[in-house]
Amino acid sequence: METIGFIFICTGILFNLFGCIGLIRLPDVYNRLQSATKCVTLGTCSILAGVIFYYGFNDAGFKAIIAIPLLFFAATVAAHALVKGAYIFGVKLGDKSVKDDYKDVPKS
Amino acid sequence: MKYIAIFILSFIFWLFLTFSLDLSNIIIGVVASIITAFIFGRYFLKDVIPFLQPQRYFWLIVYLFIFTWECIKANFDVAYRVLHPAMPIKPGIVKVKLGLKTNIAKTILANSITMTPGTISVDIIGDEIYVHWIYVYSENPEEYSQRISGRFEKYIKKIFE
Amino acid sequence: MIDYLNILLYVQIALCIFCLYRIIRGPSIADRMVGIDIFGILVVGICAILSITTQRKFILDIGIAWIILSFIGTLTLAKYLSGKKLNE
Repeated sequence: METIGFIFICTGILFNLFGCIGLIRLPDVYNRLQSATKCVTLGTCSILAGVIFYYGFNDAGFKAIIAIPLLFFAATVAAHALVKGAYIFGVKLGDKSVKDDYKDVPKS
Repeated sequence: MKYIAIFILSFIFWLFLTFSLDLSNIIIGVVASIITAFIFGRYFLKDVIPFLQPQRYFWLIVYLFIFTWECIKANFDVAYRVLHPAMPIKPGIVKVKLGLKTNIAKTILANSITMTPGTISVDIIGDEIYVHWIYVYSENPEEYSQRISGRFEKYIKKIFE
Repeated sequence: MIDYLNILLYVQIALCIFCLYRIIRGPSIADRMVGIDIFGILVVGICAILSITTQRKFILDIGIAWIILSFIGTLTLAKYLSGKKLNE
């Protein structure tokens, strides 16, 4: 059981590493937010799944089970708010962009 | 009725969070759940009938498996784009028509789009959702609507509407 | 097993340096906010591993509270970024 948990934690840290490399390398705000929020959210969910396997189904295990959907909704809604705020603030899309349907829409 | 539903949900959440059945613990949980239901009861639910239909739970489990698979695929997609030396990206914001009516279904669909490969949802106006896409495969609206939201829309319609 | 988990904990702490780089060097203010958001999620992972290596279960509670606090902080920053008052 501990070995399975250890494998889950290793996988999670590997995904976190990919997300942070994307945060450094990609060229503009939207792409950075995309890579970072996907990879880091699933990596942290994987670490919490490893904690579930490590403790088994007692009180700490149930706390980790509750933390997974909570983290999931919090991270996605925060990313949504950040990308909309950045667009209204006036951050331009990067040089490689090919299409922008949101430009002429009245923002609220 | 919806106050009672909020009360039961928050009380179950409290029992899982503390994970003990002492008398004092249960009394504190009941008081906190009553306060929560009194403040937030009128916001979330329209009616409680969808909670009592069992086929919605079956489709919810099916949807969770499909969603987990898409989520893992999204991570390998991002890893490929990040680690490739030339970074094959071609970003853009596209407009997708939705076929869903209720607010909770639109919210769940926007969250699902944020976690699937290469897309993040920017805004919802009326029944159109604006999606930032990291690699715009095609210019045809039918094709990219199918590619972005077609996988989830039928399951979400069965679960939340 | 605990020794290997300690090494992984150091790796996770080192990942925070990437976020700090983005917070310091970000060209616009939105980049810095993205760095702060990701930093908040990485701290939850640190709390989860730390609760195993030190065998203290209450650190998971700190992780859950940190998720909610980071969420509210990011929403406030995003609202400030889109030019609204906090009570709208």
